Amino acid sequence: MNEVIALRAQGLYKVFGRHANEAVAKLGKGASRDDLGGATAAVIDASFDVRQGEIFVVMGLSGSGKSTLIRMLNGLHTQTAGSVEIGGASITNATTAELRDIRRHKVSMVFQHFALLPHRTVIDNVAYGLEIQGLAKDERLTRAREVTQMVGLAGWEDKFPSQLSGGMQQRVGLARALAADSDVLLMDEAFSALDPLIRREMQEQLVELQSQLGKTIVFITHDLNEAMFLGDRIAVMRDGRIVQIGTPEDILTNPANEYVEQFVQDVDRSRVLSADSVMRAPRTIIYQGSGPHVALKLMRDEQLSAAYVVKRDRTLVGWVSDRDVLDLVRKGARDLTSAIKENHGAVANDTALAELFIPAIEAALPLAVQDDRGRLVGVIPRVTLLATLGGEPDADASASPRPDPLPTSVVDKALDASDHGPTTTAKEAS
Amino acid sequence: MDFRIPVGRWIDTAFNWIEANVAWLFDAMKWLFLALYDAVNWIFATPPALVVILVIAVLALFARGWKFTIGVVLGLLFIMSVNQWDNAVDTLALVLVAAFLAVLIAIPLGIWAAKNETVSTIVKPVMDFLQTLPAFVYLIPALAFFGIGVAPGIIATLIFALAPGVRLTELGIRGVDSEVVEAGQAFGASPRRILRQIQLPLAMPSIMAGINQIIMLALSMVVIAGLVGAGGLGGDVAKAIGKLDTGLGFEAGLSVVVLAIILDRFTGSFGEDNGLYFLLRKRGRDKTKSADEQARLEAQQTMDKGVQFPAGMAS
Repeated sequence: MNEVIALRAQGLYKVFGRHANEAVAKLGKGASRDDLGGATAAVIDASFDVRQGEIFVVMGLSGSGKSTLIRMLNGLHTQTAGSVEIGGASITNATTAELRDIRRHKVSMVFQHFALLPHRTVIDNVAYGLEIQGLAKDERLTRAREVTQMVGLAGWEDKFPSQLSGGMQQRVGLARALAADSDVLLMDEAFSALDPLIRREMQEQLVELQSQLGKTIVFITHDLNEAMFLGDRIAVMRDGRIVQIGTPEDILTNPANEYVEQFVQDVDRSRVLSADSVMRAPRTIIYQGSGPHVALKLMRDEQLSAAYVVKRDRTLVGWVSDRDVLDLVRKGARDLTSAIKENHGAVANDTALAELFIPAIEAALPLAVQDDRGRLVGVIPRVTLLATLGGEPDADASASPRPDPLPTSVVDKALDASDHGPTTTAKEAS
Repeated sequence: MDFRIPVGRWIDTAFNWIEANVAWLFDAMKWLFLALYDAVNWIFATPPALVVILVIAVLALFARGWKFTIGVVLGLLFIMSVNQWDNAVDTLALVLVAAFLAVLIAIPLGIWAAKNETVSTIVKPVMDFLQTLPAFVYLIPALAFFGIGVAPGIIATLIFALAPGVRLTELGIRGVDSEVVEAGQAFGASPRRILRQIQLPLAMPSIMAGINQIIMLALSMVVIAGLVGAGGLGGDVAKAIGKLDTGLGFEAGLSVVVLAIILDRFTGSFGEDNGLYFLLRKRGRDKTKSADEQARLEAQQTMDKGVQFPAGMAS
């Protein structure tokens, strides 16, 4: 990932009420949010870097301070303490005129309830940012038309916002922000007011636009699934503090505390996690060059009925079963090749968990995971797959293999014995 | 008990001082009021009454439609028929000048109060004071400063009518969706630009209601203004009270009612969707509107289809 920092927040505080500065000092010494007297702390010591071209999601329930936080990023709220830089320019130290200039050129915003100008047409709404930048009318309308088309609203330019559905209105909001051509896009619960189907569609469109345009996006949401879907990285907020920053997988598999853990319980893990986050090291692998004797010995030692066969560089070749190898050994063969079956059914390492179930059922062995060069990087036993879905990926370690069924002869003998034995007790019972 | 706060004496002293020291200001104001009053009066009084009625009827047709036009014509003919036309024109001139000046003061003051908490907290009790202090009471200093005539009538009317204009302007601007204002700020618009392009247009219905209220309150003051020699319909009402002339009182009084209704409906039609002007615009829009609705439904359908594609992709 590109390591240029597009936006940097350091030690941001926002305290409402009187004695705000004293409250910051108290909070800095570790006081909790509840014992500040009259002041209300909305954001406490928020620090993070947003990399260029990244979608950075701030996630938290209502009242966690996320809306206040995003409004400090473009100076709509003045911070009580701390600093914000966008593209190297300080927001927190800027004069009013400098701040206006930064807002015109470096950062734009999409609002929860769209915040369109109801008395202006779609195209004039989209061109609003450009109008404020001082572009000539022709130029800004041309540019606005391009962007309107990009968000899929061609043909709607002369309508008023009230004539549009919610999803379309938010496209206008998005187009307005994109038209301003700023590097950083702040999106405040941008899709929360939309119904689920439209929301999903907008999320997908946003990801697509982001990959086309390479904008840096700070996205606020209370919806964890949305956060997981959009975020390259997620900051989880609670009671004004950022409790964890990490990739969606980090947060799911490695929650920083109980709060985050509870929060992520309901997430559809099967769509967020990918194969390489749940795979295990294979118990054993057999190199293609080793003979049937070595292979059979390895399988016996590990008590396996089959194993994957790889080349020296770990490129996956196929798999062998103990019975086939045993036949080769009995025949005195020196080469393993004839026993190797090539239908190994391996999956790519970035496959979503949801798409692993069918391959896992079909595979004879724990499902093999390959990287993009075809090398075996791990395996996923079915138990692991289930354990991960249950939210405790490590539970499979304690899952002992079920013992083989008793041999039929042993069972028969025992049953015969009991038929001639204590029959009376059986009768009494009935 | 002999305890008494000499408020009356203080106020006397204050007004005496004002009268002695800033008389030039009142002279200037008086000159301005009379000039405006004469100009408006001239416009209405110069052409024959029937021509004025015809012009107003055409305006009524454009503003609200034919029913209102018939009402306006009948009402104005009634005023003519009871021989109150000249008085009505005088009253109209006074009301329009006072209302115009009140709007000129009220809207900027309302905007200022909406933007500044301190101003708001000061303006609020002052407006309460102006509205509740009996009108006759501030008529006294007005008479002292301006003498008998139209000028004290205008100043008393102006002060009395100011409050709803200020209040509704402030309310309208404060009521503009804060997210839309934030949007203006977030894109780097200056406060002045936000006011001009966002706050004022969106507060317009409320401001228009304020202007309507200013005019209505101004009309309710005409009788009191008549008492101080401003003439017009109020003058005749005052005369009728003096002579206990019920007939004259009602003729002038009903004329005030007619003027009030006409002015109210005219100003109430600002921003409303009716009248010939609106019809002409609407006819053009109606043609495109059904096509719009169809286009919208079609777009909705294509979007619904569009949803299935990505949803399928994600599964």
